[in-house]
Amino acid sequence: MDEPPISRGFRSRRSSSDQRDRLPPGQYLTTDFPVLSAGPTPSITVANWSFALQLGGSLLGKWNWTEFQSLPQTELRTDIHCVTKWSKFDTNWRGVSFDTLLEAVGLTEAPSGFTMLHCDGGYTTNVPVADLLGGKGMVATHYEGLPLAPSHGGPARMLVPHLYFWKSAKWVRRLRFIEKDEAGFWESLGYHIYGDPWREQRYTGD
Amino acid sequence: MIDDPAQDAAPRRLIWRRAELLGIKDETPRVRTLTLAVPDWPGHLSGQHVDVRLTAEDGYQAQRSYSIGSPPEAREIELTVETISDGEVSPYLTGELRPGDIFELRGPIGGYFVWSNSLVGPLVLIAGGSGIVPLMAMLRHRAIAGHSCGALLVYSSRSWDDVIYRAELERLAAEDPSVRLIHTLTRAQPAGWQGYRRRIDKTMLAEIGIPELAAPHVFICGPTPLVETAAQALVELGIDAGRIKTERFGPSGGS
Repeated sequence: MDEPPISRGFRSRRSSSDQRDRLPPGQYLTTDFPVLSAGPTPSITVANWSFALQLGGSLLGKWNWTEFQSLPQTELRTDIHCVTKWSKFDTNWRGVSFDTLLEAVGLTEAPSGFTMLHCDGGYTTNVPVADLLGGKGMVATHYEGLPLAPSHGGPARMLVPHLYFWKSAKWVRRLRFIEKDEAGFWESLGYHIYGDPWREQRYTGD
Repeated sequence: MIDDPAQDAAPRRLIWRRAELLGIKDETPRVRTLTLAVPDWPGHLSGQHVDVRLTAEDGYQAQRSYSIGSPPEAREIELTVETISDGEVSPYLTGELRPGDIFELRGPIGGYFVWSNSLVGPLVLIAGGSGIVPLMAMLRHRAIAGHSCGALLVYSSRSWDDVIYRAELERLAAEDPSVRLIHTLTRAQPAGWQGYRRRIDKTMLAEIGIPELAAPHVFICGPTPLVETAAQALVELGIDAGRIKTERFGPSGGS
């Protein structure tokens, strides 16, 4: 489309230029933490929880809750951006970084290509390996110092905050390395295969 | 949740289209329906939404998502918008727009929270406030398409005057005995009100008989606490989690 039509009388209600620099295009700032999920919140107790790393059909490593908690912990303060347009600044997370997980299974170099994240409830999402390395991705178990609430993905969710937040899959249980990129749940329902908020990659083809 | 319809609802690039406001209608004191002409609209499924984009004179743009209330069969698109008083976009849509005005939208978006006439099994809809909008598209689609399975709507509103689409819902239920409508009014009730007067809970959903339904398609839309409570209750009442689809809007003041 050429020039967008001007909405006469419509004005920005953003208060500061700080917001403008930190908000990706089309996003607005919220201070609460909206919940968005496609179905009921699964109830998983930590006693029944495990997390696995998988390469093709083979298991690289698997941890129960206690083992996972004893891995070196990483803290991260970050802004998050949901494709439904809200962004939230300065959220604080704790968990185990993707780098740490690779180390823990004895990989000095990450497999090339992509990952598919598998979650309780059947949800999946795809993320390139490069977007998890170097501290960019973690499995988060704590939010603002407290165990992550079930409605926000507890006991553990993926956290890949530089991509739209649907990539930070709730209730994550398994990370599978794949050579070729595949669409996950929302990606096969019209959402962008990569999801960079700064390039406003919300939907297929954006 | 995974095996579902509408895989065909995707992937084509979603372009911004010009929508012209044809008319605006009061639904409740805080909610209005915008009827829009959208040239070359590609069609939608009931339950989907659109992104709306407004552009200010200085080039500033804001976007929000709104559910489509009109059924796939309708030529015009209807968005029913609740005015969030400190919001950026909704007060403009419900208060400033005049017929003939143009703004941008793109869609349809969302291929999971959708129902179509081809699905077999009773339709169970649970709504809170303006969460009724995508569910209304389903009820309207069902009425037009002539679906034979029953439809049940449990709808929580603050008061009788806050019930969106009230007359149309009453009419749908009156004309079709396979549509059952259950209101709960949580803050104020008219004199002589016999119905529920509390938030939706497990006891209510059990009393209504949802656990006895065979293979229902359940759609829940509303504020997060309502959706969490209702979805959780239905799972506890034995409904397969894979049959429950949810759409939530937080009190995020966004719209």
